[in-house]
Amino acid sequence: MQLHEYQAKEILNNSEVPIPDGKVAKSGKEAQEIAFSLGGNCVVKAQVHAGGRGKAGGIKLANNPDEASEHADNMIGSSLKTFQSGDTEFPINEVYIEEASSILKEYYLAVTMDFDFKCPVIIFSTEGGMNIEEVAEKYPDKIIKIHVDPLIGPSPYKIRNLISVFKFDKEISSQLYKIINQLYGIFISNDCTLIEINPLALVEGNNLVALDAKITIDDDALFRHKDLVKLFDEAQINKSELNAQKNDLAYIKLSGGEVGCMVNGAGLAMATMDITMKAGALPANFLDVGGSASEERIMEAYNIITSDDDVKLILVNLFGGILRCDIAARGIIEGFKKYKKSVPMVVVLRGTNSEDAKNILKESGMEIYFSDDLPNAAEEINKRLGR
Amino acid sequence: MKNILNKDSNKVLVQGLGRDGSFQTEKCIEFGTEVVAGVHPTKAGENFKGIPIFGSVDEAVSQTSPDIGLIFVPAPFASDAIIEQVDAGIETVVCITEGIPVNDMLKVNNYIKGKKVRLIGPNCPGFLIPRKKLKVGIIPGSIVTDGKVGVVSRSGTLTYEAIVQLTMLGIGQSACVGIGGDPLHGTSFVDVLEMFEEDQNTEAIVMIGEIGGTREQAAAQMIKNSISKPVVASIVGQTAPEGRRMGHAGAVITGKSALASEKIKSLKSAGVYIADSPTEIGLRLKELI
Repeated sequence: MQLHEYQAKEILNNSEVPIPDGKVAKSGKEAQEIAFSLGGNCVVKAQVHAGGRGKAGGIKLANNPDEASEHADNMIGSSLKTFQSGDTEFPINEVYIEEASSILKEYYLAVTMDFDFKCPVIIFSTEGGMNIEEVAEKYPDKIIKIHVDPLIGPSPYKIRNLISVFKFDKEISSQLYKIINQLYGIFISNDCTLIEINPLALVEGNNLVALDAKITIDDDALFRHKDLVKLFDEAQINKSELNAQKNDLAYIKLSGGEVGCMVNGAGLAMATMDITMKAGALPANFLDVGGSASEERIMEAYNIITSDDDVKLILVNLFGGILRCDIAARGIIEGFKKYKKSVPMVVVLRGTNSEDAKNILKESGMEIYFSDDLPNAAEEINKRLGR
Repeated sequence: MKNILNKDSNKVLVQGLGRDGSFQTEKCIEFGTEVVAGVHPTKAGENFKGIPIFGSVDEAVSQTSPDIGLIFVPAPFASDAIIEQVDAGIETVVCITEGIPVNDMLKVNNYIKGKKVRLIGPNCPGFLIPRKKLKVGIIPGSIVTDGKVGVVSRSGTLTYEAIVQLTMLGIGQSACVGIGGDPLHGTSFVDVLEMFEEDQNTEAIVMIGEIGGTREQAAAQMIKNSISKPVVASIVGQTAPEGRRMGHAGAVITGKSALASEKIKSLKSAGVYIADSPTEIGLRLKELI
């Protein structure tokens, strides 16, 4: 789960990581008031779940409260598409008004998980303000990684070594030392998968401040962070994906596809997409109904797929393991009855209780073409799409 | 540590006998698995299909001496169950549970480091050895046949897909092992490949990888250096959009090495036979034997 910049900054501020003064605004008028209280000179930043806002026009400088109000009015109610967001347009419902900083130098600092090393990693670079992937490619020697033993935490000597590589003066070193420890603490206590400060800026007065902040929380750990769940801005993801999320379905809409996929298991779901593509048709979505899907969950999955107007045909590929095919079959029929939407289906059912499931579906009166295996299903897809 | 494929005693303890756990345990027993104990915090003293249920793993271990622990405990409590089984001295721990927080698995991975335990999973279908009538997990018993091909995969249902293809072509399996889809997991491809290389009942190997991480590259390196048996591999997620999490926490494409094309390249250079489509896994293997 991703947070907005202003939410991330509040978390940083609560742990005493230095940030510029700022406040979130929902209208031009609010923006004006905040800008006034900040002394007029400020930055207006669109609050969306996408990186690369600056280049896309989502970050504007204002010299006075009126300008801040104007920028805010222009942004709020519009949407933003950045080079990092692909085809998605993110709605701007809030802007963050922040005092302008005079930047002397920009750094990059992040804490994330290094799955190859099976531990958290602190990443620091002297090349802040840039896309870190680009830095990694062009200047790999300007990135330093500190792997952290989760039982020990960030070892002081490792941070000292990092600081000495870049020859920081004493004052900045001690600030950086403190910020790294604070960020690591936030990372662990909030079950983050990523905290990224880009840039961590050295501003006038020789102070380090977090100019931007990105925090992503581990979805699987949200059950123990009810306070954070409340922060989630539902407007930032599309309606189907939101609906899927609420029903514990892993769903991703793929643009331009025509074959809706309903599969259990992420691996099989990806394979099903690959096979659809190889058969000459485009998958309309990735959908994993999960291991132990209930009737209700399958019903909602059916609703989500059939709500997509691009979908001309549905490929159901279920392999019962922990999932019971008969339960899934009932869910499909319930979805058909409740949402009254019907799209022809190619169905492959195998594993736990799959024979029962076939019988249940056969009696439903829905337009269903059964296939015994995936190669057959691929042929059936072509046939049904008239190819 | 002894190869899990070649142990003489395979008594199983099941922790977590809720709706799914009970259903799946029954399927394991039907397959022929020797389930000796159940563990459930509120069902101690009861029995499940004649198998005694204990309140703690310790108690179950002292009375029934299981060799393998199987976990169906819900995600918020699953990491504690793994640690409980490790502390009780169970050498092979199989965790089926999906959705365990990364931080919890981080602690588990550190805790078991250097300890005499083999953890399989989490978020995996477990393992199955047809020859021994041993099914530890949720791989459907109806689709397997005894034979000489070892199957290893990150994905549960895709493992079944590969098994079915083999079975339909009359190719039996020596063992099927699902290592799980989470980025922080116990047993890796490399570990299982090592077991298959050692195992006299395995003559060829099927490996199914997916986008995300660099596990397949590690496997490729290992195959190049120390696997003498033929390997067929398939990598799924070729059509996945970049930067999106595809259900498996591990299957996020970040960085070039996580791409299907990179993984295929490194496996090919290690002499692995690639099934271009997941529907061709069985056929590719048949060409080899």
